[in-house]
Amino acid sequence: MIELTAKQAADAIRSGELDAAEYFEFYRQRAAKDPYNSYVWVADETPAEIDTSKPFAGVPIAIKDLFCTEGIPSQAGSKILEDYRPPYSATSVKKLTTEAGSTLLGKTNQDEFAMGSSTENSAYGPTLNPWDTTRVPGGSSGGSAAVVAGATAPWSIGTDTGGSIRQPAALTGIVGLKPTYGAISRYGMIAFASSLDQAGTFTRDVTDTAMLLSAMVGADPCDQTSLGLPEPVRLPTADSLKGIRLGVPEELSGEGIEEGVLKAFNETLELAKQLGATVETTHLPHAPHGLAAYYLIAPAECSSNLARYDGVRFGFRKQADTLLDMYNQTREAGFGAEVKRRIMLGTYALSSGYYDAYYGRAQKVRTLIAQDFKNAFGDFDFIVTPTAPGVAFELNSKTSDPLAMYLNDFCTVPMSLAGIPAISIPNGLSEGLPVGFQIAGPAFSENRILDAALALEKAIGFDGSKAYA
Amino acid sequence: MLSSDQVLHVARLARLELTPEEVERFGGELSKVLDHIELIGQLDLEDVQPTSHVIDVENALRADVPRPSLPVEKALASAPDAADGGFRVPSPGAS
Repeated sequence: MIELTAKQAADAIRSGELDAAEYFEFYRQRAAKDPYNSYVWVADETPAEIDTSKPFAGVPIAIKDLFCTEGIPSQAGSKILEDYRPPYSATSVKKLTTEAGSTLLGKTNQDEFAMGSSTENSAYGPTLNPWDTTRVPGGSSGGSAAVVAGATAPWSIGTDTGGSIRQPAALTGIVGLKPTYGAISRYGMIAFASSLDQAGTFTRDVTDTAMLLSAMVGADPCDQTSLGLPEPVRLPTADSLKGIRLGVPEELSGEGIEEGVLKAFNETLELAKQLGATVETTHLPHAPHGLAAYYLIAPAECSSNLARYDGVRFGFRKQADTLLDMYNQTREAGFGAEVKRRIMLGTYALSSGYYDAYYGRAQKVRTLIAQDFKNAFGDFDFIVTPTAPGVAFELNSKTSDPLAMYLNDFCTVPMSLAGIPAISIPNGLSEGLPVGFQIAGPAFSENRILDAALALEKAIGFDGSKAYA
Repeated sequence: MLSSDQVLHVARLARLELTPEEVERFGGELSKVLDHIELIGQLDLEDVQPTSHVIDVENALRADVPRPSLPVEKALASAPDAADGGFRVPSPGAS
Protein backbone atom coordinates (compact mmCIF):
# COMPACT_ATOMS: atom_id res chain seq x y z
CA MET A 1 0.00 0.00 0.00
CA ILE A 2 2.82 2.34 0.82
CA GLU A 3 4.03 2.66 -2.75
CA LEU A 4 0.65 3.86 -4.08
CA THR A 5 0.35 7.56 -4.86
CA ALA A 6 -2.83 9.20 -3.56
CA LYS A 7 -4.35 9.14 -7.04
CA GLN A 8 -3.54 5.46 -7.49
CA ALA A 9 -5.09 4.70 -4.12
CA ALA A 10 -8.21 6.77 -4.86
CA ASP A 11 -8.63 5.00 -8.21
CA ALA A 12 -8.17 1.57 -6.62
CA ILE A 13 -10.68 2.37 -3.88
CA ARG A 14 -13.31 3.49 -6.35
CA SER A 15 -12.82 0.47 -8.59
CA GLY A 16 -13.14 -1.79 -5.54
CA GLU A 17 -9.58 -3.21 -5.68
CA LEU A 18 -8.61 -1.50 -2.43
CA ASP A 19 -10.65 -1.28 0.75
CA ALA A 20 -11.11 2.32 1.89
CA ALA A 21 -11.11 1.58 5.62
CA GLU A 22 -8.08 -0.70 5.31
CA TYR A 23 -6.13 1.98 3.46
CA PHE A 24 -7.04 4.67 5.98
CA GLU A 25 -6.15 2.39 8.89
CA PHE A 26 -2.77 1.59 7.32
CA TYR A 27 -1.82 5.27 7.36
CA ARG A 28 -3.47 5.91 10.73
CA GLN A 29 -1.19 3.35 12.32
CA ARG A 30 1.87 4.74 10.60
CA ALA A 31 0.90 8.26 11.68
CA ALA A 32 0.34 7.18 15.29
CA LYS A 33 3.92 5.80 15.33
CA ASP A 34 5.46 8.70 13.40
CA PRO A 35 9.12 8.98 14.54
CA TYR A 36 9.69 12.58 13.31
CA ASN A 37 7.30 14.55 15.55
CA SER A 38 5.47 15.59 12.38
CA TYR A 39 2.04 15.28 13.97
CA VAL A 40 0.50 17.22 16.84
CA TRP A 41 -2.79 15.30 16.63
CA VAL A 42 -3.70 11.96 14.98
CA ALA A 43 -7.22 10.54 14.48
CA ASP A 44 -7.85 7.86 17.10
CA GLU A 45 -9.99 5.67 14.92
CA THR A 46 -10.87 4.81 11.35
CA PRO A 47 -14.41 5.82 10.39
CA ALA A 48 -16.86 2.91 10.54
CA GLU A 49 -18.35 3.85 7.19
CA ILE A 50 -16.67 5.54 4.25
CA ASP A 51 -18.83 6.81 1.38
CA THR A 52 -16.86 5.54 -1.61
CA SER A 53 -18.88 7.54 -4.14
CA LYS A 54 -16.76 10.62 -3.49
CA PRO A 55 -13.48 11.17 -5.37
CA PHE A 56 -11.10 11.14 -2.36
CA ALA A 57 -13.00 8.51 -0.35
CA GLY A 58 -10.73 6.63 2.04
CA VAL A 59 -7.69 8.73 1.16
CA PRO A 60 -6.39 10.25 4.40
CA ILE A 61 -5.40 13.91 4.48
CA ALA A 62 -2.91 15.48 6.89
CA ILE A 63 -3.54 19.15 7.59
CA LYS A 64 -1.24 21.85 8.93
CA ASP A 65 -2.16 22.76 12.49
CA LEU A 66 -3.15 26.35 11.60
CA PHE A 67 -6.19 25.27 9.57
CA CYS A 68 -9.26 25.41 11.78
CA THR A 69 -10.85 21.99 12.17
CA GLU A 70 -14.12 21.99 14.11
CA GLY A 71 -13.79 20.36 17.54
CA ILE A 72 -10.23 19.20 16.81
CA PRO A 73 -7.14 20.96 18.24
CA SER A 74 -5.94 23.79 15.98
CA GLN A 75 -3.03 25.38 17.80
CA ALA A 76 -0.91 26.88 15.00
CA GLY A 77 2.16 25.53 16.79
CA SER A 78 1.60 28.01 19.63
CA LYS A 79 1.20 27.72 23.36
CA ILE A 80 -1.24 30.63 23.24
CA LEU A 81 -3.68 28.32 21.38
CA GLU A 82 -2.98 25.23 23.49
CA ASP A 83 -5.84 22.73 23.04
CA TYR A 84 -7.90 25.34 21.16
CA ARG A 85 -10.80 23.56 19.43
CA PRO A 86 -12.40 25.89 16.87
CA PRO A 87 -16.19 26.16 16.51
CA TYR A 88 -15.95 25.83 12.70
CA SER A 89 -13.74 24.37 9.94
CA ALA A 90 -11.76 26.21 7.28
CA THR A 91 -13.37 26.32 3.83
CA SER A 92 -10.46 24.41 2.27
CA VAL A 93 -10.78 21.69 4.93
CA LYS A 94 -14.51 21.36 4.26
CA LYS A 95 -13.91 21.13 0.53
CA LEU A 96 -11.45 18.27 1.03
CA THR A 97 -13.50 16.36 3.59
CA THR A 98 -17.23 17.08 3.27
CA GLU A 99 -17.17 17.68 -0.48
CA ALA A 100 -14.34 15.49 -1.85
CA GLY A 101 -14.79 12.72 0.73
CA SER A 102 -11.30 12.70 2.26
CA THR A 103 -10.95 11.82 5.96
CA LEU A 104 -8.82 13.88 8.34
CA LEU A 105 -5.83 11.79 9.43
CA GLY A 106 -3.98 14.31 11.55
CA LYS A 107 -2.84 17.86 12.24
CA THR A 108 0.78 18.56 11.41
CA ASN A 109 3.46 20.41 13.31
CA GLN A 110 4.64 23.82 12.14
CA ASP A 111 6.61 26.88 13.14
CA GLU A 112 4.48 28.92 15.53
CA PHE A 113 1.93 30.91 13.49
CA ALA A 114 3.92 29.89 10.37
CA MET A 115 6.86 32.09 11.34
CA GLY A 116 10.02 30.21 10.56
CA SER A 117 11.89 28.17 7.98
CA SER A 118 12.76 25.08 10.02
CA THR A 119 9.76 23.97 12.17
CA GLU A 120 11.97 24.51 15.21
CA ASN A 121 9.76 27.40 16.41
CA SER A 122 6.94 25.11 17.52
CA ALA A 123 5.69 25.03 21.10
CA TYR A 124 5.30 21.27 20.52
CA GLY A 125 8.96 20.51 19.72
CA PRO A 126 10.81 20.44 16.39
CA THR A 127 9.93 18.15 13.48
CA LEU A 128 12.82 16.05 12.14
CA ASN A 129 13.73 15.50 8.50
CA PRO A 130 12.97 11.90 7.41
CA TRP A 131 16.12 11.92 5.24
CA ASP A 132 18.37 12.70 8.22
CA THR A 133 16.94 13.08 11.70
CA THR A 134 19.75 15.41 12.81
CA ARG A 135 18.41 17.96 10.32
CA VAL A 136 15.35 20.18 9.98
CA PRO A 137 12.61 19.51 7.40
CA GLY A 138 12.38 23.22 6.53
CA GLY A 139 9.37 25.29 7.43
CA SER A 140 7.08 26.64 8.34
CA SER A 141 4.96 23.71 7.07
CA GLY A 142 7.66 21.21 8.08
CA GLY A 143 5.20 18.72 9.58
CA SER A 144 3.15 18.59 6.40
CA ALA A 145 6.34 18.01 4.38
CA ALA A 146 7.69 15.33 6.74
CA VAL A 147 4.46 13.29 6.72
CA VAL A 148 4.60 12.96 2.93
CA ALA A 149 8.38 12.37 2.76
CA GLY A 150 8.19 9.86 5.63
CA ALA A 151 5.02 8.26 4.19
CA THR A 152 2.93 8.72 7.31
CA ALA A 153 0.33 10.34 5.02
CA PRO A 154 -0.19 9.99 1.27
CA TRP A 155 -0.53 13.77 0.89
CA SER A 156 -1.07 16.89 2.98
CA ILE A 157 -1.84 20.59 2.88
CA GLY A 158 0.04 23.57 4.26
CA THR A 159 0.37 27.31 3.83
CA ASP A 160 2.99 29.43 2.12
CA THR A 161 3.54 33.07 3.07
CA GLY A 162 7.14 33.51 1.87
CA GLY A 163 8.18 29.96 1.01
CA SER A 164 6.61 27.84 3.76
CA ILE A 165 5.43 25.15 1.33
CA ARG A 166 8.11 25.27 -1.36
CA GLN A 167 11.19 25.32 0.91
CA PRO A 168 10.17 22.34 3.13
CA ALA A 169 9.07 20.42 0.00
CA ALA A 170 12.55 21.01 -1.43
CA LEU A 171 14.32 20.00 1.79
CA THR A 172 12.35 16.74 2.07
CA GLY A 173 12.32 15.64 -1.59
CA ILE A 174 8.62 16.05 -2.39
CA VAL A 175 6.39 18.29 -4.53
CA GLY A 176 5.05 21.51 -3.01
CA LEU A 177 2.78 24.03 -4.73
CA LYS A 178 1.93 27.58 -3.71
CA PRO A 179 -0.99 28.60 -5.93
CA THR A 180 -1.86 32.10 -7.12
CA TYR A 181 -2.90 34.37 -4.25
CA GLY A 182 -6.70 34.02 -4.05
CA ALA A 183 -6.95 30.61 -5.75
CA ILE A 184 -7.91 28.97 -2.45
CA SER A 185 -10.01 30.52 0.31
CA ARG A 186 -8.15 31.69 3.41
CA TYR A 187 -11.29 31.44 5.56
CA GLY A 188 -10.44 29.43 8.66
CA MET A 189 -6.69 29.64 8.15
CA ILE A 190 -5.20 31.17 11.30
CA ALA A 191 -3.77 34.38 9.85
CA PHE A 192 -0.10 35.37 9.76
CA ALA A 193 0.30 37.93 6.93
CA SER A 194 -3.01 38.22 5.13
CA SER A 195 -1.79 39.81 1.91
CA LEU A 196 0.67 36.92 1.41
CA ASP A 197 -0.79 33.80 3.10
CA GLN A 198 -1.94 31.12 0.66
CA ALA A 199 -2.90 27.47 1.16
CA GLY A 200 -1.26 24.83 -0.99
CA THR A 201 -0.30 21.19 -1.37
CA PHE A 202 2.38 18.61 -0.50
CA THR A 203 2.43 15.42 -2.55
CA ARG A 204 4.78 12.71 -3.74
CA ASP A 205 4.30 13.59 -7.39
CA VAL A 206 2.97 16.28 -9.70
CA THR A 207 -0.16 14.34 -10.69
CA ASP A 208 -1.24 14.15 -7.05
CA THR A 209 -0.63 17.90 -6.75
CA ALA A 210 -3.08 18.57 -9.57
CA MET A 211 -5.66 16.25 -8.04
CA LEU A 212 -5.40 17.74 -4.55
CA LEU A 213 -5.39 21.32 -5.87
CA SER A 214 -8.48 20.67 -8.00
CA ALA A 215 -10.52 19.99 -4.86
CA MET A 216 -9.31 23.06 -2.96
CA VAL A 217 -9.67 25.97 -5.41
CA GLY A 218 -12.70 28.20 -5.59
CA ALA A 219 -14.05 31.61 -4.67
CA ASP A 220 -15.56 31.77 -1.20
CA PRO A 221 -18.04 34.36 0.07
CA CYS A 222 -16.25 34.15 3.44
CA ASP A 223 -12.96 35.38 1.90
CA GLN A 224 -13.37 38.52 -0.19
CA THR A 225 -9.87 38.09 -1.66
CA SER A 226 -10.59 34.61 -2.99
CA LEU A 227 -11.15 34.17 -6.72
CA GLY A 228 -10.65 30.51 -7.54
CA LEU A 229 -9.02 29.75 -10.89
CA PRO A 230 -10.45 30.76 -14.29
CA GLU A 231 -10.49 27.15 -15.53
CA PRO A 232 -10.70 23.78 -13.75
CA VAL A 233 -7.40 22.19 -12.69
CA ARG A 234 -6.51 19.48 -15.23
CA LEU A 235 -4.43 16.37 -14.61
CA PRO A 236 -1.16 17.16 -16.40
CA THR A 237 -0.17 15.09 -19.44
CA ALA A 238 2.91 16.76 -20.96
CA ASP A 239 6.04 14.78 -21.70
CA SER A 240 7.94 17.47 -23.52
CA LEU A 241 8.74 21.15 -23.08
CA LYS A 242 8.64 21.90 -26.80
CA GLY A 243 8.34 25.63 -27.40
CA ILE A 244 8.56 26.49 -23.68
CA ARG A 245 10.79 29.46 -22.84
CA LEU A 246 12.44 29.24 -19.43
CA GLY A 247 14.00 32.35 -17.88
CA VAL A 248 16.75 31.96 -15.30
CA PRO A 249 17.00 35.12 -13.19
CA GLU A 250 20.65 35.86 -12.53
CA GLU A 251 19.75 37.43 -9.17
CA LEU A 252 18.29 34.17 -7.78
CA SER A 253 20.56 31.56 -9.30
CA GLY A 254 24.11 32.51 -8.42
CA GLU A 255 25.49 34.24 -5.36
CA GLY A 256 24.40 32.73 -2.06
CA ILE A 257 23.35 29.37 -3.51
CA GLU A 258 25.28 26.28 -2.33
CA GLU A 259 27.44 24.65 -5.00
CA GLY A 260 25.66 21.27 -4.93
CA VAL A 261 22.27 22.95 -5.27
CA LEU A 262 23.49 24.97 -8.26
CA LYS A 263 24.97 21.89 -9.88
CA ALA A 264 21.65 20.03 -9.64
CA PHE A 265 19.84 23.12 -10.93
CA ASN A 266 22.11 23.45 -13.98
CA GLU A 267 21.81 19.75 -14.77
CA THR A 268 18.04 20.07 -14.84
CA LEU A 269 18.29 23.09 -17.16
CA GLU A 270 20.17 20.77 -19.54
CA LEU A 271 17.36 18.20 -19.23
CA ALA A 272 14.85 20.95 -19.98
CA LYS A 273 16.72 21.78 -23.19
CA GLN A 274 16.68 18.11 -24.18
CA LEU A 275 12.91 18.17 -23.64
CA GLY A 276 12.63 21.03 -26.14
CA ALA A 277 12.70 24.13 -23.93
CA THR A 278 14.80 27.19 -24.56
CA VAL A 279 16.73 28.39 -21.52
CA GLU A 280 18.00 31.95 -21.22
CA THR A 281 19.38 34.15 -18.50
CA THR A 282 17.09 37.00 -17.46
CA HIS A 283 16.83 39.61 -14.75
CA LEU A 284 14.52 40.40 -11.86
CA PRO A 285 16.45 43.50 -10.83
CA HIS A 286 14.50 44.13 -7.63
CA ALA A 287 14.28 40.51 -6.45
CA PRO A 288 17.31 40.85 -4.13
CA HIS A 289 15.30 43.47 -2.22
CA GLY A 290 12.42 41.01 -1.81
CA LEU A 291 13.67 39.71 1.50
CA ALA A 292 13.88 43.18 3.05
CA ALA A 293 10.40 44.13 1.79
CA TYR A 294 9.01 40.79 2.96
CA TYR A 295 10.50 41.12 6.44
CA LEU A 296 8.71 44.45 6.81
CA ILE A 297 5.35 43.58 5.25
CA ALA A 298 4.93 40.15 6.88
CA PRO A 299 5.84 41.25 10.44
CA ALA A 300 3.71 44.40 10.08
CA GLU A 301 0.67 42.33 9.10
CA CYS A 302 1.49 39.73 11.78
CA SER A 303 1.66 42.35 14.51
CA SER A 304 -1.86 43.40 13.55
CA ASN A 305 -3.27 39.88 13.04
CA LEU A 306 -1.83 38.57 16.32
CA ALA A 307 -3.34 41.42 18.34
CA ARG A 308 -6.38 39.14 18.76
CA TYR A 309 -4.52 36.85 21.18
CA ASP A 310 -5.24 38.67 24.41
CA GLY A 311 -6.46 35.91 26.73
CA VAL A 312 -10.10 37.06 26.57
CA ARG A 313 -12.06 34.90 24.13
CA PHE A 314 -10.09 31.71 23.52
CA GLY A 315 -6.77 30.02 24.13
CA PHE A 316 -4.30 30.53 26.93
CA ARG A 317 -4.70 33.17 29.67
CA LYS A 318 -2.22 34.20 32.34
CA GLN A 319 -4.36 35.41 35.23
CA ALA A 320 -3.43 38.86 36.58
CA ASP A 321 -4.93 41.57 38.81
CA THR A 322 -5.69 44.13 36.12
CA LEU A 323 -6.82 43.82 32.51
CA LEU A 324 -3.66 45.40 31.08
CA ASP A 325 -1.40 43.11 33.12
CA MET A 326 -3.48 40.16 31.96
CA TYR A 327 -2.94 41.15 28.28
CA ASN A 328 0.77 41.82 28.70
CA GLN A 329 1.52 38.68 30.71
CA THR A 330 -0.67 36.38 28.60
CA ARG A 331 1.10 37.45 25.41
CA GLU A 332 4.54 37.33 27.04
CA ALA A 333 3.98 33.77 28.31
CA GLY A 334 1.94 32.51 25.35
CA PHE A 335 4.12 33.52 22.38
CA GLY A 336 7.51 31.99 21.52
CA ALA A 337 10.68 33.96 20.80
CA GLU A 338 10.37 34.23 17.01
CA VAL A 339 6.75 35.35 17.15
CA LYS A 340 7.63 38.04 19.70
CA ARG A 341 10.55 39.11 17.53
CA ARG A 342 8.27 39.56 14.52
CA ILE A 343 5.52 41.27 16.48
CA MET A 344 8.16 43.69 17.77
CA LEU A 345 9.60 44.26 14.29
CA GLY A 346 6.16 44.81 12.80
CA THR A 347 4.99 47.08 15.58
CA TYR A 348 8.17 49.13 15.21
CA ALA A 349 7.74 49.37 11.41
CA LEU A 350 4.15 50.57 11.80
CA SER A 351 4.78 52.91 14.72
CA SER A 352 4.33 56.65 14.47
CA GLY A 353 7.17 58.29 12.55
CA TYR A 354 8.44 55.09 10.92
CA TYR A 355 5.49 54.00 8.77
CA ASP A 356 6.56 55.81 5.57
CA ALA A 357 10.21 54.84 5.92
CA TYR A 358 9.51 51.16 6.45
CA TYR A 359 6.05 49.79 5.60
CA GLY A 360 5.32 52.40 2.93
CA ARG A 361 8.67 51.83 1.22
CA ALA A 362 8.28 48.05 1.42
CA GLN A 363 4.92 48.26 -0.38
CA LYS A 364 6.58 50.24 -3.15
CA VAL A 365 9.32 47.65 -3.48
CA ARG A 366 6.53 45.10 -3.78
CA THR A 367 5.20 47.01 -6.80
CA LEU A 368 8.65 46.92 -8.43
CA ILE A 369 9.05 43.17 -7.84
CA ALA A 370 5.62 42.42 -9.31
CA GLN A 371 6.55 44.60 -12.30
CA ASP A 372 9.85 42.69 -12.74
CA PHE A 373 7.91 39.45 -13.05
CA LYS A 374 5.41 41.01 -15.46
CA ASN A 375 8.28 42.14 -17.66
CA ALA A 376 9.95 38.72 -17.49
CA PHE A 377 6.74 36.93 -18.43
CA GLY A 378 6.66 39.03 -21.61
CA ASP A 379 9.69 37.06 -22.76
CA PHE A 380 9.33 33.76 -20.90
CA ASP A 381 6.66 31.20 -20.05
CA PHE A 382 8.23 30.43 -16.68
CA ILE A 383 10.89 31.69 -14.34
CA VAL A 384 12.96 28.88 -12.83
CA THR A 385 15.31 28.94 -9.84
CA PRO A 386 16.65 26.65 -7.14
CA THR A 387 13.92 26.51 -4.46
CA ALA A 388 16.16 26.98 -1.42
CA PRO A 389 19.76 28.18 -1.31
CA GLY A 390 20.95 25.07 0.52
CA VAL A 391 20.09 21.54 1.64
CA ALA A 392 18.41 20.76 4.96
CA PHE A 393 20.52 22.22 7.78
CA GLU A 394 21.27 20.79 11.20
CA LEU A 395 18.89 21.35 14.09
CA ASN A 396 19.77 24.43 16.17
CA SER A 397 22.33 25.64 13.62
CA LYS A 398 20.42 28.82 12.72
CA THR A 399 18.08 29.44 15.63
CA SER A 400 20.32 32.07 17.23
CA ASP A 401 20.77 34.07 14.03
CA PRO A 402 17.41 35.32 12.69
CA LEU A 403 18.92 36.86 9.56
CA ALA A 404 20.67 33.60 8.56
CA MET A 405 17.31 31.84 8.99
CA TYR A 406 15.50 34.47 6.90
CA LEU A 407 17.99 33.99 4.02
CA ASN A 408 16.40 30.56 3.42
CA ASP A 409 13.49 32.37 1.80
CA PHE A 410 15.67 34.28 -0.66
CA CYS A 411 14.42 32.43 -3.78
CA THR A 412 10.78 31.99 -2.72
CA VAL A 413 9.83 35.38 -1.25
CA PRO A 414 9.76 37.33 -4.57
CA MET A 415 6.95 35.12 -5.96
CA SER A 416 4.95 35.54 -2.75
CA LEU A 417 5.24 39.32 -2.97
CA ALA A 418 4.06 39.16 -6.59
CA GLY A 419 1.18 36.79 -5.70
CA ILE A 420 2.11 34.37 -8.49
CA PRO A 421 2.01 30.55 -8.42
CA ALA A 422 5.19 28.50 -8.01
CA ILE A 423 5.94 24.82 -7.56
CA SER A 424 8.97 23.03 -6.12
CA ILE A 425 9.75 19.60 -7.52
CA PRO A 426 12.43 17.20 -6.26
CA ASN A 427 15.64 17.77 -8.16
CA GLY A 428 17.97 15.02 -7.02
CA LEU A 429 20.36 15.03 -4.10
CA SER A 430 23.31 17.07 -2.95
CA GLU A 431 25.45 15.62 -0.15
CA GLY A 432 22.81 12.86 0.06
CA LEU A 433 20.04 15.36 0.82
CA PRO A 434 17.16 16.48 -1.43
CA VAL A 435 17.17 19.77 -3.32
CA GLY A 436 14.28 21.47 -5.10
CA PHE A 437 13.71 23.03 -8.53
CA GLN A 438 11.25 25.93 -8.56
CA ILE A 439 8.99 26.82 -11.50
CA ALA A 440 7.04 30.09 -11.28
CA GLY A 441 4.47 31.32 -13.79
CA PRO A 442 2.10 34.26 -14.22
CA ALA A 443 -1.00 34.50 -12.01
CA PHE A 444 -3.52 31.72 -12.76
CA SER A 445 -1.06 29.65 -14.86
CA GLU A 446 -1.35 26.59 -12.56
CA ASN A 447 -2.34 24.19 -15.35
CA ARG A 448 0.64 25.18 -17.48
CA ILE A 449 3.01 24.99 -14.49
CA LEU A 450 1.75 21.49 -13.67
CA ASP A 451 2.35 20.34 -17.26
CA ALA A 452 5.92 21.68 -17.28
CA ALA A 453 6.54 20.20 -13.82
CA LEU A 454 5.29 16.77 -14.96
CA ALA A 455 7.57 16.74 -18.01
CA LEU A 456 10.58 17.64 -15.83
CA GLU A 457 9.58 15.22 -13.09
CA LYS A 458 9.65 12.31 -15.57
CA ALA A 459 13.03 13.41 -16.92
CA ILE A 460 14.58 13.87 -13.46
CA GLY A 461 13.31 10.49 -12.25
CA PHE A 462 13.76 11.22 -8.53
CA ASP A 463 13.13 8.33 -6.14
CA GLY A 464 11.78 9.60 -2.82
CA SER A 465 11.11 6.13 -1.40
CA LYS A 466 14.58 6.06 0.21
CA ALA A 467 13.21 8.29 2.95
CA TYR A 468 10.59 5.77 4.09
CA ALA A 469 11.51 2.37 2.64
CA MET B 1 21.20 49.90 17.46
CA LEU B 2 17.82 50.10 19.20
CA SER B 3 18.08 51.43 22.73
CA SER B 4 16.36 49.58 25.56
CA ASP B 5 13.97 52.54 25.87
CA GLN B 6 12.95 52.07 22.22
CA VAL B 7 12.52 48.32 22.74
CA LEU B 8 10.39 48.93 25.82
CA HIS B 9 8.28 51.51 23.97
CA VAL B 10 7.55 49.04 21.13
CA ALA B 11 6.87 46.25 23.64
CA ARG B 12 4.33 48.48 25.35
CA LEU B 13 2.60 49.15 22.02
CA ALA B 14 2.62 45.40 21.29
CA ARG B 15 1.30 44.47 24.77
CA LEU B 16 4.29 42.30 25.64
CA GLU B 17 5.77 42.30 29.13
CA LEU B 18 9.34 41.44 28.11
CA THR B 19 11.92 40.20 30.61
CA PRO B 20 15.12 42.29 31.01
CA GLU B 21 17.07 39.59 29.10
CA GLU B 22 14.57 39.78 26.23
CA VAL B 23 14.84 43.58 26.10
CA GLU B 24 18.59 43.28 25.65
CA ARG B 25 18.43 40.38 23.19
CA PHE B 26 15.69 41.89 21.01
CA GLY B 27 17.60 45.19 20.88
CA GLY B 28 20.56 43.45 19.25
CA GLU B 29 18.60 41.04 17.05
CA LEU B 30 16.16 43.60 15.73
CA SER B 31 18.96 46.05 14.99
CA LYS B 32 20.71 43.43 12.88
CA VAL B 33 17.52 42.67 10.92
CA LEU B 34 16.77 46.39 10.51
CA ASP B 35 20.28 46.96 9.12
CA HIS B 36 19.49 44.47 6.36
CA ILE B 37 16.03 45.90 5.80
CA GLU B 38 17.42 49.39 5.43
CA LEU B 39 19.03 48.31 2.15
CA ILE B 40 15.74 49.27 0.51
CA GLY B 41 16.53 52.83 1.53
CA GLN B 42 18.98 52.86 -1.40
CA LEU B 43 16.22 52.44 -3.99
CA ASP B 44 14.66 55.45 -5.71
CA LEU B 45 10.96 54.97 -4.97
CA GLU B 46 9.82 58.52 -5.66
CA ASP B 47 7.25 57.78 -8.40
CA VAL B 48 6.36 54.19 -7.41
CA GLN B 49 2.83 53.39 -6.27
CA PRO B 50 2.58 51.16 -3.19
CA THR B 51 0.98 47.69 -3.55
CA SER B 52 -1.19 46.36 -0.76
CA HIS B 53 -3.03 43.72 -2.79
CA VAL B 54 -1.35 42.01 -5.73
CA ILE B 55 -4.21 40.33 -7.56
CA ASP B 56 -6.89 42.75 -8.77
CA VAL B 57 -10.26 42.17 -7.18
CA GLU B 58 -12.99 44.73 -7.73
CA ASN B 59 -16.14 45.01 -5.69
CA ALA B 60 -16.10 41.59 -4.10
CA LEU B 61 -19.62 41.74 -2.73
CA ARG B 62 -21.95 39.09 -1.44
CA ALA B 63 -25.72 39.13 -1.15
CA ASP B 64 -26.82 40.96 2.00
CA VAL B 65 -28.86 38.09 3.38
CA PRO B 66 -29.20 37.42 7.10
CA ARG B 67 -27.80 34.08 8.24
CA PRO B 68 -27.48 32.47 11.65
CA SER B 69 -24.49 33.55 13.69
CA LEU B 70 -22.42 31.36 15.99
CA PRO B 71 -24.56 30.23 18.95
CA VAL B 72 -23.47 31.87 22.23
CA GLU B 73 -22.57 28.55 23.90
CA LYS B 74 -20.32 27.63 20.96
CA ALA B 75 -18.65 31.05 20.96
CA LEU B 76 -17.98 30.77 24.69
CA ALA B 77 -16.84 27.14 24.63
CA SER B 78 -13.14 28.02 24.35
CA ALA B 79 -13.22 31.03 26.68
CA PRO B 80 -10.66 30.96 29.52
CA ASP B 81 -13.30 32.46 31.84
CA ALA B 82 -16.92 32.57 30.67
CA ALA B 83 -19.65 33.97 32.92
CA ASP B 84 -23.28 35.01 32.41
CA GLY B 85 -23.14 34.56 28.61
CA GLY B 86 -20.01 36.69 28.27
CA PHE B 87 -16.23 36.78 28.66
CA ARG B 88 -15.13 37.66 32.17
CA VAL B 89 -11.89 39.68 32.47
CA PRO B 90 -10.00 41.27 35.37
CA SER B 91 -10.93 44.83 36.28
CA PRO B 92 -9.26 47.49 34.12
CA GLY B 93 -7.92 48.80 37.44
CA ALA B 94 -8.06 52.17 39.12
CA SER B 95 -4.60 53.35 38.03
